[in-house]
Amino acid sequence: MQSSDKESNRGDTRRDFLKKSSVITAIALTPAAAVKAAENQADERFAELFEKIPLNITVNNKAYRASVEPRVTLLDYLREELHLTGTKKGCDHGQCGACTVHADGERINSCLSLAVMNEGKKITTIEGLANGDELHPMQAAFIKHDGFQCGYCTPGQIMSAVACVNEGHTGSRAEIAEYMSGNICRCGAYPNIVDAIVEVSKGEAKV
Amino acid sequence: MINFQYLRTTSAKSALALLQKDKKAQFIAGGTNLIDLMKRGVTSPEKLIDINHVPLRQIELVGNNIIIGALASNTNVAENKLVKERLPLLAMALNAGASAQLRNVATVGGNMMQRTRCGYFYDTEMPCNKREPGSGCGAIGGFNRMHAIFGTSEKCIAVHPSDMCVALAALDAVVVIANTKGERKLPFKDFHRLPGDTPQLDNNLKADEMIVRLEIPVNNLAAHAHYLKVRDRASYAFALVSVAAAVEIKDNKISDVRLAMGGVAHKPWRLTASENFLKGKEANAQNFEQAALLAMSGAKGFGENDFKLAMAPNSIIEALNLATAKV
Repeated sequence: MQSSDKESNRGDTRRDFLKKSSVITAIALTPAAAVKAAENQADERFAELFEKIPLNITVNNKAYRASVEPRVTLLDYLREELHLTGTKKGCDHGQCGACTVHADGERINSCLSLAVMNEGKKITTIEGLANGDELHPMQAAFIKHDGFQCGYCTPGQIMSAVACVNEGHTGSRAEIAEYMSGNICRCGAYPNIVDAIVEVSKGEAKV
Repeated sequence: MINFQYLRTTSAKSALALLQKDKKAQFIAGGTNLIDLMKRGVTSPEKLIDINHVPLRQIELVGNNIIIGALASNTNVAENKLVKERLPLLAMALNAGASAQLRNVATVGGNMMQRTRCGYFYDTEMPCNKREPGSGCGAIGGFNRMHAIFGTSEKCIAVHPSDMCVALAALDAVVVIANTKGERKLPFKDFHRLPGDTPQLDNNLKADEMIVRLEIPVNNLAAHAHYLKVRDRASYAFALVSVAAAVEIKDNKISDVRLAMGGVAHKPWRLTASENFLKGKEANAQNFEQAALLAMSGAKGFGENDFKLAMAPNSIIEALNLATAKV
């Protein structure tokens, strides 16, 4: 896939974007039906005429405009197009949680979400968690409590852990284990991961 | 994944019109089952209509019904105050299913539409009458530890993996279904199908229809409700056997009771005979045992899953114990 992403901070809505740029593209390509569909602002009909779909997405506070095939998952878009390889591909089937990111603040498996389904959404990946050189409290807690060995599941564990605290599912170690069950760690760092989450959930640190 | 056309729509009306226009099109909501199946080549739709922006996410009390929109996420339903207070059985079942990540995107309608399935359905190298009608059933005589013990056919012994649906079957939910001409209602227990000679059909939704909402009648079952899920690990695994149990007790007698099982059939398995037996009786061990025995009528193991013939009645008794022990 060829990268066609351009950063944009203009904050255009999707509809604005379609009206402005896609209509121009459509006219340039001159299928009459496309022009008519675009004029009617019928973006579903408009989309039918193109293999790639326009995508406006914000990732780690940067706005991107892209054009992607519908079959591209959010995970592949992040890794292959934006080169944000912190988000890991583990099972690629929603079973391991290594690909966990936040979409509009909620944790999701990016491997089971099409990039185009995230139109207009704000995505946060592991790369977007730290504040410059200052680690996010959950990252610091994972290091302090040795919440990993090989590290492959760690970005997903940390994204899930941050969400777990934000959701308020940290009432007990059992509750944490239950709400972290979508993240598998083959090294078996579970007790240390729970230690890290307990510390952050009890701390003053803003998550 | 084989590429496909992708359309997005923002109203139920236009979603239905698009579906009417192209019968090969398929809706996508959360996509957590569909995308997985597409990646494995089990299904390859030519056209997907993204309905995530259709405003069907309501959760509200209207008259004597709790209304839940088809696109409400599993998390939003499970965490909803009204649901937690009035339908704790549903909240418990939802939280027993999948993972937090999946529940955040999986919708109520999508949970209902997830495929009834097994390992042979997923493995395109193996025979499966559900994936490829007429190719045979690999699970009969094969690896069938997870499989059904009720309502099976010679064509298919897969189970519907949803927990949410087991609770909804027990709660007498009604499914409201729309097409371009109007709406129809279907009792939840009649939404999913048994395999019979057409295991490729999981449910009774027609090609031009969409689920728009559920209507769940308010009840007095909230005080004594329990969803018991028995599985191979403590969390994030399909049920070997699950039991939704909800009981209303008046003057020491069971005045209303709902029982349904998951992990045992091609659809949520409502235990009507056991319910009828328990009504008007005392909530005690002897009656629970008898109810569990009645539930097992017609059960049949396939070898590896024979353990379910003992696990199922034990789970029914345990679920009733846990439900009635609640204050």
